[in-house]
Amino acid sequence: MPEQLQTDKRPAGGPAADQGVRPTLPIAVAMSGGVDSSVVAALLVRQGYDVVGMTMQLWNQRRLPELSNESATGRCCSLDDVYDARRVAEQLGVPYYVVNFERQFEDQVVKPFVAEYLAGRTPVPCTLCNNYIKFDRFLELADAAGAQQIATGHYARIRYNQASSRYELLRGVDHAKDQTYFLFGLTQPQLARTLFPLGHLTKPEVRELAGSMDLPVAVKADSQEICFVPNGDYAAFMSAYLKETGIEPERTQGDIVTTDGRTVGSHQGVHRFTVGQRRGLGVAAAEPFYVIATDPSTQRVVVGSNDDLLRGRFIARDVNWISVAGVEGEMRAQVKIRNKHTPATATLLATSTPDRVEVVFDSAQRAVTPGQGAVFYNGDVVLGGGWIE
Amino acid sequence: MRHFYFDHNATTPVAPEVLEAVSSCLGQVYGNASSIHYFGQLAKQRLEAARRQVSEFIGCAPAELIFTSGGTEANNIAALGVARAASSPRHVITSAIEHPAVLGPCAQLEREGVQVTRVRVGSSGVVDPADVRQALRPETVLISIMHANNELGTIQPIAEIARIAHAADIPLHVDGVQALGKIPVNVRELGADLYSVSGHKLYAPKGVGALYVRKGIALAGVAFGGHHERDRRPGTENVPGIVGFGAAARLASGNFMDGALRDRLEAAVLERISGTGVNGSRGNRTPNTTNIQFDAIDGEAMVIALDLRGFAVSTGSACSSGAITPSHVLTAIGLSADRARSSIRFSLGHSNTAEQVDELVEALEASVAHLRRISVHA
Repeated sequence: MPEQLQTDKRPAGGPAADQGVRPTLPIAVAMSGGVDSSVVAALLVRQGYDVVGMTMQLWNQRRLPELSNESATGRCCSLDDVYDARRVAEQLGVPYYVVNFERQFEDQVVKPFVAEYLAGRTPVPCTLCNNYIKFDRFLELADAAGAQQIATGHYARIRYNQASSRYELLRGVDHAKDQTYFLFGLTQPQLARTLFPLGHLTKPEVRELAGSMDLPVAVKADSQEICFVPNGDYAAFMSAYLKETGIEPERTQGDIVTTDGRTVGSHQGVHRFTVGQRRGLGVAAAEPFYVIATDPSTQRVVVGSNDDLLRGRFIARDVNWISVAGVEGEMRAQVKIRNKHTPATATLLATSTPDRVEVVFDSAQRAVTPGQGAVFYNGDVVLGGGWIE
Repeated sequence: MRHFYFDHNATTPVAPEVLEAVSSCLGQVYGNASSIHYFGQLAKQRLEAARRQVSEFIGCAPAELIFTSGGTEANNIAALGVARAASSPRHVITSAIEHPAVLGPCAQLEREGVQVTRVRVGSSGVVDPADVRQALRPETVLISIMHANNELGTIQPIAEIARIAHAADIPLHVDGVQALGKIPVNVRELGADLYSVSGHKLYAPKGVGALYVRKGIALAGVAFGGHHERDRRPGTENVPGIVGFGAAARLASGNFMDGALRDRLEAAVLERISGTGVNGSRGNRTPNTTNIQFDAIDGEAMVIALDLRGFAVSTGSACSSGAITPSHVLTAIGLSADRARSSIRFSLGHSNTAEQVDELVEALEASVAHLRRISVHA
């Protein structure tokens, strides 16, 4: 029943309140101009909710001209996307606003993204954007518009568990599109005010709905993961951004060395490398080399064999607990260490600080990458997550 | 829901008399004003009648007025045209609180090798003529200062600046887009050598403006392809729009707002809402404009909250996607970025009433209370 907004049981007051009475307060829908959020807005309007559409202007795509070209794909916040979102809002007959979060996005997403790479880690900007922009700043703006709830096009589900008195986050039923990996930072107050109407739908169902509701964006291509990096070329983005802001790192070249200490090449900056990377090393060898680690202080890139990438355990820091209050002693879970990773069974071990957890895999995993998120699952339920140290 | 309009500095509704003039022209006068025949002559007559109306309104000869597509084009023709007609080295003086339609062409001139000085202003939002004199150089070829600021309403001392310019034999361009229709304008008394105006700020349609160019001013072409408007603005004239501008000019003369409604709004806000203050000088302003800062309020959130209550106001200037960016004018008068972001511009017009102002004040009180309660950070 893709038509119904399924929200499970929630405390009274929200749209899910089971009284059969529509609330008069509007729901603010984050509209990117893409098919998913357009369907969200259309579904809510169809179900009789009072909707206010808002597009977050996060990044000026014309700001770094050397990255701009007509063939760049998967970029958000373009004038075309705003045009599309506005057209959908007009078709639905709902108020629509473009809100400018460029300053906050740069401070809280782009700068940390750049700093993480320079520190030899591999960041996840989408998680930061969700934590600090979409489910923080946007919620505030929704408040300003008198909206108690926000809705987005994420593929994930939220339900209220009366036994534990906690809002739970669950994977979207379309596991291929599931976005919970990027949502592990959501707090209970944020979850309480958020609707994910697409969580019970598959992407093909969403496209079909878009078509059946005559939305002008029904056949629009999906966006890529990192919206502000054209063509996924993060190294080119880094170079352009560092040049524009004048914060070039002191040293941007160094040696490529093997795990046993042999120098096998040189490079133009550790921020150009990601743990697990094989291509683009510029090193000729009998067997393929993989990046095992990067060290910004010495500008050394350590390479080794595929087996050298295997890790059995790691520490997750700044853990946010969602469906459970925390871990005492130990807990079994499936742990996902990057977006495309198949969750691997592991034991979570409590440490002396509640927001630090040791993760011990049942069998070692390839490329446990510092800076990436580690999300803990129990089946479809997101227990919580943190950052790989 | 009823919607009330308090954003007349962005644009104005077309006046009924203007609408009548435009639509009758659109319906009946379709000739090309450059054509020799009867139809062309009819159009030409309307065009020249409108030119007389607008030139009379600003105090120049009809031959000194060229019609443009709007204020932005007029400013481009003036700034680029004067500077490009001069020989290098070249230097241009403007101010930090100009509209992007002046700052943009000046930035383009910079790329072409022209030096540009942007005179700073104090918290009053008024250019000090002494600063303009100070900025003069032997190679200065143009001074461009706005008559009234679009965000603050502050009126600049144009006559004094004109005396300085003329003593140094430098042409003065004045962006008068926000002054025309709000205060009496006489380009000769002001001493302006070029003066830009825009129809839709005084109840004419969008897409029509004009530039006064004093006889004898050298102007290089900016666009090419026809001999219209004395070679200064090639392209078939928008006769219905121009006719509307003429009608609007005739209506506006002798029909200036006094500041009573604006003062009513300002006094009520300052009295009833704590943590508020007026940005810029309150002394010499266009009578319809006030720019008010609200402590601990995000202007963007406030514009949305007020719009959903049926009141149209604005923060700074809107960018092409419709998103709101911090105002360069407010930061130029010394406001911190946070204070600039917590400021709202109210610009009134002929349709506003005391009752509307009172309702706006009530909506403001409610919105401010709500926004401060949920602490949307400015």
